[in-house]
Amino acid sequence: MGMTSAQKSGFGATLWDWLTTVDHKKIGILYLAGGGFFFLLGGLEAVIIRIQLISPENNFISAGLYNEMITMHGTTMIFLAAMPILLGLMNFIMPLQIGARDVAFPFLNSLGFWLFLFGGLLLNLSWFTGAPDAGWTNYAPLSIQSPGHGIDFYIMGLQLSGAGTLMGGINFIVTIVLMRAPGMTYMRMPLFTWTTFVASILILFAFPALTVGLFLMMFDRMFGSAFFDAALGGNAIIWQHLFWIFGHPEVYILILPVFGVFSEVFPTFAKKRLFGYTAMVFATFLIAFLGFMVWAHHMFTVGLGPVANSIFAVATMAIAVPTGIKIFNWLFTLWGGSIKINTAMLWSLAFIPSFTIGGMTGVMLASAVADYQYHDTYFVIGHFHYVIVGGTVFGILAGLHYWWPKMFGRYLHEGLGQLSFWTFFVGFHLTFFIQHFLGLMGMPRRYWVFLENQGLDTGNLISTIGAFFMSFGVIVFLINIIYTTIKGKKASGDAWGSGRTLEWAISSPPVHYNFKQLPLVRGLDPLWIEKTEGNKKVTPAEPLDEIHMPNGSILPFIMTIGFTIASYGFIYQTESKYWLIAVYAGMAIALISMLIRSLKDDHGHHISKEELERVGD
Amino acid sequence: MTDEMSTRKINSFQKQKNKEEMQKMVVSFALMIFFTLVAFALVMLEVPSTYVIPILLLLAFVQVGFQFFYFMHLKDKGHEVPAQIIYGGIFITVMVALTFTIITWW
Ligand code: HEM
Ligand SMILES: [Cu+2]
Repeated sequence: MGMTSAQKSGFGATLWDWLTTVDHKKIGILYLAGGGFFFLLGGLEAVIIRIQLISPENNFISAGLYNEMITMHGTTMIFLAAMPILLGLMNFIMPLQIGARDVAFPFLNSLGFWLFLFGGLLLNLSWFTGAPDAGWTNYAPLSIQSPGHGIDFYIMGLQLSGAGTLMGGINFIVTIVLMRAPGMTYMRMPLFTWTTFVASILILFAFPALTVGLFLMMFDRMFGSAFFDAALGGNAIIWQHLFWIFGHPEVYILILPVFGVFSEVFPTFAKKRLFGYTAMVFATFLIAFLGFMVWAHHMFTVGLGPVANSIFAVATMAIAVPTGIKIFNWLFTLWGGSIKINTAMLWSLAFIPSFTIGGMTGVMLASAVADYQYHDTYFVIGHFHYVIVGGTVFGILAGLHYWWPKMFGRYLHEGLGQLSFWTFFVGFHLTFFIQHFLGLMGMPRRYWVFLENQGLDTGNLISTIGAFFMSFGVIVFLINIIYTTIKGKKASGDAWGSGRTLEWAISSPPVHYNFKQLPLVRGLDPLWIEKTEGNKKVTPAEPLDEIHMPNGSILPFIMTIGFTIASYGFIYQTESKYWLIAVYAGMAIALISMLIRSLKDDHGHHISKEELERVGD
Repeated sequence: MTDEMSTRKINSFQKQKNKEEMQKMVVSFALMIFFTLVAFALVMLEVPSTYVIPILLLLAFVQVGFQFFYFMHLKDKGHEVPAQIIYGGIFITVMVALTFTIITWW
């Protein structure tokens, strides 16, 4: 069924195919495309922010618009760009790495994607009537008092996309627990699969805190409750706690998957097995565990008291230890390897010093007493851009260059890749290094203008010039994608010739059932083991037989449309009760879709043995 | 794997197992209903709250235990990893509740 509809060409058929797909690879690509779109949007917002700050008392945009710009930049980059792009990589690669034919819940996977996309679109619709303006952290009571509907869009948009992310996380956990190929014990899983697993557990535990916070905020703003209103006996600090109980694990959700990416890239291009595999797995868990006990380091200046501050400070500093273990393991993996430098490797190598600087400023911030000076200054901005751009974004770009041939069957162009790397890399350090010093000199974050002759002029100019370099790098990368799609060099299954894990054992791009026969995993780096024994292919674990695959469905898309309409209704029902019609209609659409899904049996389809034999390898 | 194959695999030993499993399920289900009735009764009979609250909490804990171990199969072999994950979740929830109590509400 899926096959025939894919074979029919024509725009309508193609569109229908993508709207209904439950194939983890296609959903992965959708995540990459959606996340990429929001990345460009967030990047545009960043450039506007930097142009406003290019000179003292600049008037490029108004103060109100500036607040909307910084809020939407942060929210977009974290929730709609970085995380979905990572989910895209996980979706595409992780099932291949464990030798599975799909994820555990393909329907849920598709629903998760559409919820993310429409949540993001809903949030960005706010631009037409006034975007949220209380910062990506959305602290009460500012967010409670913000007029208009901006914050309401923030609440409903994040609620939708957050639900999608939660589904993705649960899906990955179940997939990894249940669907590993024969012989793939936990301690034979590639590091990227491990970090996907741990990041998914973080999603599972962290997102509920955000969900609760958003619901309380929703009741306060739309239905007259007073959870965060001190005048009525509420407590605004509760929002900060809930936000950071989610928010700190969230930053590890952003960094752990790329730790996995680097742990794949380094061994492949150093032609050595990963140094300290067990320590890497252990360190990942330790980071995740500690990550839940440090949230109050974002609240040192709230007045929790010296005891609470000290406990959270020490716990925070402890995280630097497992992180350091990882850095050394990567260095030792490179040590003595026969290293091949290409764009994927450049991003990975550049990550090490960049991220380490971010970790160092992190430990500085973790000192509660010193944080009274740093807090809410550009020093913090410098810190988290070093870890998020120097870590997450570099990792995403490394992963994209590394897996592009696997995902699309063509290599990204090396020359263009290196051009975009160098301009982005230089631009990144120009933009953010100086911000540490601006912060130490007292420049507060989130201010619309700064005054002349306070020693901040040159630093801000340099920072803005750096942002232009980064934009140039991104544009070159886009050109590279277009060029590669049209004229890129075709890749074979083992695209780099030194692949170690299962995804390199199948064709590029993979057939829609991934593995004709499930592979037998005989150790860590199964493909490498087979190669050292002179085998061209991984030993199959089963005789060739028909394959059972799930059917596509339009229901996740319709369900999402329903929820989106309902969210829109919730936002505007404060003005006129007629908007409740949208709430009821939207919920009806969603619930009826759920009912259909529950009542209608869909056993999927089979790919016959004859057909598989006909295809060849 | 086709459906016929999996049905063929269920031999008499497994049938016996399933039956025992079912009995346990029914017993724990009945117990949970009973606990709920007790909880309601205590409140309706207006037993002083110094007694009711701890008893309700106790009943709640036991119910959560039944829920996890019987209905969600945490006790079964081969469910170690999900069990670990749920323990992790419980740990984090308790810790968060504790922190809230100490540094915000106290
Ligand atoms: C050695 C590890 C790290 C330590 C010790 C650390 C410590 C801190 C501390 C204490 C703050 C609060 C500063 C303040 O607001 O005054 C902070 C802020 C932040 N950190 Fe880190 N951090 C570390 C790693 C990371 C990583 C890996 C990421 C993300 C990938 C990250 C992302 C952030 C973000 C986004 C903020 C600012 C949030 C905001 O106020 O908007 N950090 N960090
Ligand atoms: Cu943090």
